[in-house]
Amino acid sequence: MTGFLQHTFDGLVNGAFYALLALGLAVIFGMLRVVNFAHGAFYMLGAMGAYVLLTEFGVPFWWALVIMPVLLGALGMALERAFVHRLAQLDPLYNFLLTFGLTLILQDLVKSRYGVQSIPYATPGELGGSVDLGLFDFPTYRVFVLVFAVAICVGVWWLLTHSRVGMVVRAATERPELTRAFGINVGRWVTPVFGFGIALAGLAGVLAAPMRAVNPLMGADLIIVVFAVVVIGGLGSIFGSVAAGFGIGLVQAWGVVYLADWPILSQTLVFIVMAAVLMWRPAGLFGREEAPA
Amino acid sequence: MRRTAGLAAASAVALLAAGCGGGGPAGSGDSKLTDDRVVLGVLNDQSGVYADVSGKNSVKAVEMAIADFKAKYGDKAVTKNISVESADHQNKPDIANTKAAELYDRKGVDAILDVPTSSAALKVADVAKAKKKLYFNITGATTALTGASCNRYTFHYAYDSYMLAHGTGTQATQQGAKNWYIVYPDYAFGQDMEKKFSAAVEGAGGKIVGKDATPFPNDNFSTFLLKAPTLNPKPDTLGTMQAGGDLVNLVKQYNEFKLRDKGVGLAVGLMFLTDIHSLTPAALAGTTYTDAWYWNFDQQNRQWADRFLSETGTRPTFAHAANYSAAMQYLEAVQAAGTDDADTVVKGLEGKEINDVFLRNGKIRAEDHRVVHDAYLAQVKPQAEVKEDWDYVKILKTIPAAEAFAQPSGDCKM
Repeated sequence: MTGFLQHTFDGLVNGAFYALLALGLAVIFGMLRVVNFAHGAFYMLGAMGAYVLLTEFGVPFWWALVIMPVLLGALGMALERAFVHRLAQLDPLYNFLLTFGLTLILQDLVKSRYGVQSIPYATPGELGGSVDLGLFDFPTYRVFVLVFAVAICVGVWWLLTHSRVGMVVRAATERPELTRAFGINVGRWVTPVFGFGIALAGLAGVLAAPMRAVNPLMGADLIIVVFAVVVIGGLGSIFGSVAAGFGIGLVQAWGVVYLADWPILSQTLVFIVMAAVLMWRPAGLFGREEAPA
Repeated sequence: MRRTAGLAAASAVALLAAGCGGGGPAGSGDSKLTDDRVVLGVLNDQSGVYADVSGKNSVKAVEMAIADFKAKYGDKAVTKNISVESADHQNKPDIANTKAAELYDRKGVDAILDVPTSSAALKVADVAKAKKKLYFNITGATTALTGASCNRYTFHYAYDSYMLAHGTGTQATQQGAKNWYIVYPDYAFGQDMEKKFSAAVEGAGGKIVGKDATPFPNDNFSTFLLKAPTLNPKPDTLGTMQAGGDLVNLVKQYNEFKLRDKGVGLAVGLMFLTDIHSLTPAALAGTTYTDAWYWNFDQQNRQWADRFLSETGTRPTFAHAANYSAAMQYLEAVQAAGTDDADTVVKGLEGKEINDVFLRNGKIRAEDHRVVHDAYLAQVKPQAEVKEDWDYVKILKTIPAAEAFAQPSGDCKM
């Protein structure tokens, strides 16, 4: 039983990363109809940025947690203005290719400066060690990641449901034409929302730096699972992406333990779940089938 | 018309002769060298996961070998026209295949060096066999290079999965690690390592209490790390066959879950100096692994490493030293034979005993072209004992050349 709870908790921690990344993707897709392939690269930039801030400027983890999302959010807004925005009227494939190209450029830029080897980033001192959770001990940092990610997700949900900005974004996400018809300037919110989604990816990257290998390719492998998460949750569904993020974290953790004798199965579990969900509900668990494409 | 046809036939003959390689000296005057020059080719990963382990600095190491060779023989050298070509195979077997053919045919390369990633390494062995040109594999791990896929022109130089698994598995078990939990990435290298590692541990009287295949690549190992201390009997050592970024992930999380404090030590299947550098020695203190060569092992290594440092700004991994050594030994063999004819050079190399900066008690086995040499059981120093950059390990034991590698397998038919 303790073992099961431990693995469950661990699955939630891992799911926290999926949730943060999927949330950003969902917000961007909802508002802009852009499948942002570069999301993984911004996650990587978040982690690399935390490293650069620490080693070049002596900026500790806590500040990086604020600075990197702001910086990357600004970069995201600039990219939206400069490129994404220009392709918005065309087939979504164009922006998909654009962001894919951006990914390659960002990865190679980092590669050429920092090489391909992972670089060290230590856990902040305050969060070293482990905490007693009653039945078992768990690394403090992981507990922090989970609490922090849940807080961010709740915060974003609150923002979307209780603020005027949130209402506009939700309305524009679900019925863009109708929202415009009400005289609301949807275009004004497109750039900030894109930046916000990118900032979430950067935040996840900073959170990952102390517990994962920091290297130029760290986002490339992760983003594939995150896309599966978004599809399972329902493209553009904010709640769906968060729920599916944590859910897939759990499925993976349990799969690895209880399907240990069938490694092939435990490794492809995410995609099996995705295929099953798509057969049952083609729009994803929380997606709306009639949502405009 | 007849003249054109005749000319075409003649050029076809010339092309065929050139393509055959060993077709005899084609150079000018009395030189026995094709085109009166020797060209070495470094084919490796220059932008991906192995770029720091070997990559462009291996090209530098080969250039150092050429400079040393010229300085040693001066006017007596078989030629002064020695150069190095390089290509990036991106760890993809099909690209390795094309690039190897291009190096041999178009760039006039006499011997290809390096070639990490086992699948790519095996492809190049096929090319070398077809083109009848030499190939020294340095960074490939698969024992198939000297087993089922061996051939007359291929030499396996630095290490292989048997050396890694046998060294760490056997030695660590003999030194007290009795119960092992093994995690390995679920692809050819990991599966091969797991089999050899388990065999070595069990051969030395240890027990495998659990083993798990992990996804590849993977950034979350916590499930396996949570599971480790709960196994019955409880393992005293976690043996990881992960490499590169996956290894970094695993070690970070191993430390997060404080497994060492819970009595589960760490042994690593394949680790390079650059991995220790990226994880910091503090994260790996006490970890054992098998190394093919270490830059600060003795004065001879250190002197060479100092030169390498001034050339490249970094300390060499064993791959760099091995590339230097293989280039040097090839040039020595050409010098001794007075020709770059592949078959003659191979004859000169077979059975040769060598001691140089990389090879200690080295011998090129004629049976399967495995280059055997001393290997080393290494342990990462605690941070407090690290006195200079890159000096991260102490050598616990020298594994004699005769024990370090497997006996020639019956699979190899030259």
